[in-house]
Amino acid sequence: MFRRNYAAMFGLFLLVLLVLVTLIGPLVYSVDPFEIVWAPLTPPGEEATAPLGTDYLGRDILAGLIHGGVATLAVGLAAALITVVIGLTVGALAGFYLGIVDDILMRVTEFFQVLPALMFAMVLVTLFSSSLVVVAIAIGLVSWPPTARLARAEFLRIRNLEYVSAARSVGAKNTRIIWQVILPNALPPLIVSATLTIGTAILFEAGLSFLGLSDPNTYSWGYMIGSGRDNILDAWWAVTLPGGMIFVTVLAVSLIGDGLNDAFNPKLRER
Amino acid sequence: MQILSMLARRLIYAAILVFAVLILNFLLIHLAPGDPAEVIAGEMGGATEEVMASIRKAYGLDRPLHEQLGVYLGKTLQGDFGQSFFYNASVTSLILDRIGPTLLLVTTALLFAIGMGTLLGVIASRNPRGIVSNVVTVLSIVGYSAPIFWTGIMLIILLAWVFPIFPISNMRDITLEGGTFRHILDVAHHLVLPAFTLGIVFLAQYSRLTRASMLEVLGSDYVRTARAKGVPERSVFGKHALRNAILPVVTIAGLQFGSIVSGAVLVETVFNWPGLGTLAFQSILARDYPTVLGILFFSSLIVIIMNIVTDFLYRVVDPRIRTSG
Amino acid sequence: MSGHQTDRPLLQVSNLCVEFRTRDGIARVLDEVSLELQPGQTLGIVGESGCGKSMTALSIMRLIPSPPGQITAGEVRLAGEDLLRFDEQRMRDIRGKDISMIFQEPMTSLNPVFTVGDQIAESLRLHEGLSDKEAAARAVKMLKAVGIPEPQARAREYPHQLSGGMRQRVMIAIALACGPKVIIADEPTTALDVTVQAQIFDLLRDLKERTSTAIILITHDMGAIAEMTDRVTVMYAGRVVEEGPVEAILDAPKHPYTQGLIACVPQLDPNPTAERPPLEEIPGVVPALTRLGKGCAFAPRCKYAFERCDQEAPRRVSVDADHRAACWLLEEGTSA
Repeated sequence: MFRRNYAAMFGLFLLVLLVLVTLIGPLVYSVDPFEIVWAPLTPPGEEATAPLGTDYLGRDILAGLIHGGVATLAVGLAAALITVVIGLTVGALAGFYLGIVDDILMRVTEFFQVLPALMFAMVLVTLFSSSLVVVAIAIGLVSWPPTARLARAEFLRIRNLEYVSAARSVGAKNTRIIWQVILPNALPPLIVSATLTIGTAILFEAGLSFLGLSDPNTYSWGYMIGSGRDNILDAWWAVTLPGGMIFVTVLAVSLIGDGLNDAFNPKLRER
Repeated sequence: MQILSMLARRLIYAAILVFAVLILNFLLIHLAPGDPAEVIAGEMGGATEEVMASIRKAYGLDRPLHEQLGVYLGKTLQGDFGQSFFYNASVTSLILDRIGPTLLLVTTALLFAIGMGTLLGVIASRNPRGIVSNVVTVLSIVGYSAPIFWTGIMLIILLAWVFPIFPISNMRDITLEGGTFRHILDVAHHLVLPAFTLGIVFLAQYSRLTRASMLEVLGSDYVRTARAKGVPERSVFGKHALRNAILPVVTIAGLQFGSIVSGAVLVETVFNWPGLGTLAFQSILARDYPTVLGILFFSSLIVIIMNIVTDFLYRVVDPRIRTSG
Repeated sequence: MSGHQTDRPLLQVSNLCVEFRTRDGIARVLDEVSLELQPGQTLGIVGESGCGKSMTALSIMRLIPSPPGQITAGEVRLAGEDLLRFDEQRMRDIRGKDISMIFQEPMTSLNPVFTVGDQIAESLRLHEGLSDKEAAARAVKMLKAVGIPEPQARAREYPHQLSGGMRQRVMIAIALACGPKVIIADEPTTALDVTVQAQIFDLLRDLKERTSTAIILITHDMGAIAEMTDRVTVMYAGRVVEEGPVEAILDAPKHPYTQGLIACVPQLDPNPTAERPPLEEIPGVVPALTRLGKGCAFAPRCKYAFERCDQEAPRRVSVDADHRAACWLLEEGTSA
């Protein structure tokens, strides 16, 4: 039972570490990640100028890892925010009003679930542009259905509870019931899902980057992955190291999400 | 009778979804910055005036929007998704060439994930604090957190490069000679790593889900009834509990076909697997919009069909849905 | 001791102790529980929720979840053989064959994904070695025997298609399928409507007469005890506090807890306008089993409790032929 909380604490520790590296690291290690510092494809540990090696152009991998986190985390957070806002709105309206509103919104949700999310995001980014903003919006646009389903289920469950009837009987308006009576009680599972959504969004951004769809003007972990892809076997470090950073970030977020889930559902802890 | 009317309803709904995807495609062409004719030509600013004129005529781009939609739907429903100028072939034929390998990859990965995931979940549930249980818990979090292409690259480095057990990429060895059986073996050999990479993400989720679901079901009254009847433990787990515990796994798997197809795009790109994913990747690099949109449509179609299959499967395993129509 | 107790009991539980490891320590959920069941007899076990009635039943079947539960001492003898010494394989042959159970919740006690016919047939295949076809045919007969109309069609239906009362009939059919020596019915009617309850009791009584199966009826319903049983065991906090023939227990209860249970039952008054005494209740709740002291467990709620009750647990003493109770009042010689 305590092991799980240790895991969540470990996740929190990792996340704090990553955020510190991302925010303070650039001040300490101020090498420009776009700058060519040494011979291309230098392996890690061979040259003090680039301790973690260089990419196919001779850019410093360590500088990339330290400077590239901000953009990745920012895109992840922004995309998660968009996901939650759309998902929560759709789910809340469907679960609260039911009837035709529910029917229409759920059909729309199902439609979005039919589109393979990454494929759809690829199309959006290709057609519009691969700037960070478009990437974040695209990820948000394709990832909201699970959040909407969860929010709807919670609203459905809570709308029939007695304190909601009580609020209704004293004449509370619908908007008030939705935002001030039901939402606070639906929050625990939604918070867990929002946390996990940040992880999914970061993975999504990484996937788009791997396909060469990250913003070429911003140095991000995703950009490193995309630009190192063609030389995987000549320079494994150019892709696996930023990929590892993304793995650790998402791991931290998942562990925290899991811990929150346990904290909100003490009964499930044994499982 | 009941099953027929259900099938009819499901097909009508699927047809509506197909229409919706087509309308979305149409909207995307028009919402994209630039001239729709250029989007359809797939060469922003690069197509000759002659080509542009013929496209404008074929798609009726000078007519009102709703008429254009009519023309577009008419063309696509006949299987005409335009011409790829990059590949110099019709989009539909390009896609049909590539859909087989994707289906092979996705189904293998899915069967592996469901089979192994369920097995691990059941073993873990026999001892909720045992080794397998902990492995399942760790695996589920790691499997969820690792970028799928990263897992693939790691596997290539380990099992195709450091220890060259499996081929690094592609679907077959083109230099191979011999009979059909040898070719099948060759494809299977190439399939192992990509299918494992794609499957492991979902295996992680299914094993965890099965474990939780089994633990819940094992505490249920009907499992106690089975034990009180003198049913052997093997059958308590494998028959009475599993048949019920599998239901949420089927539901979740049904909702995830989209993610599996998405994952396939990345895995195919990593392993240079000649399916829809690599086609999508290459057409995106080439800004070949007709192909990209065609793939979006066909991959959605795969998901729609898979969903119908899951629906039927669910009916088979859960009599409560089967008998209530 | 009375002289007519010559037959060997069909089922004899002696000094059964069961412990559960919980976060708050070890809970002794059964403390030296003893009971006896003669062939063809119906034994009632009564007590409030959590007194150990269901735990006794599950322990006889050796179905308590372990961990955290464990049988730490005692014997469960079926026709002279101690079930606690059997290996799991032999115990499985007993379950559903020699002893079978009917549970409280017919809504959740049947497996939702198998037809009711299959669920009855499974017992027959396991214990009687019948083929699928023979078992299916016998299952239909069993459904008919428990009063289910159109048994042929019903056998192919799933539990959710049946009403609560029908499902409990199916549970009874499963329990009866292999002609058990003992049926343990754990609150078989608690979850059902009153009218359906009466039907289920009628069915049980009818079966008892036809098959001479011995029944252990676990309930908190004193009416059911009066109607159905020959003997009664009263349990409190994992201990047997009183046992005896049903008439003696209902007419002349010796233990204050039994007296309280009987006083709690509202009587139908033939003269509703007359003033009647208020219903009594037993004050307090069943204590946490991890915090039982060394004295009588009922003492904190007992209006007759005196010093000795807190210091030492009372032994069971005979108050009459076949009628025993565990209360210091009886040993002090002053009946409550």
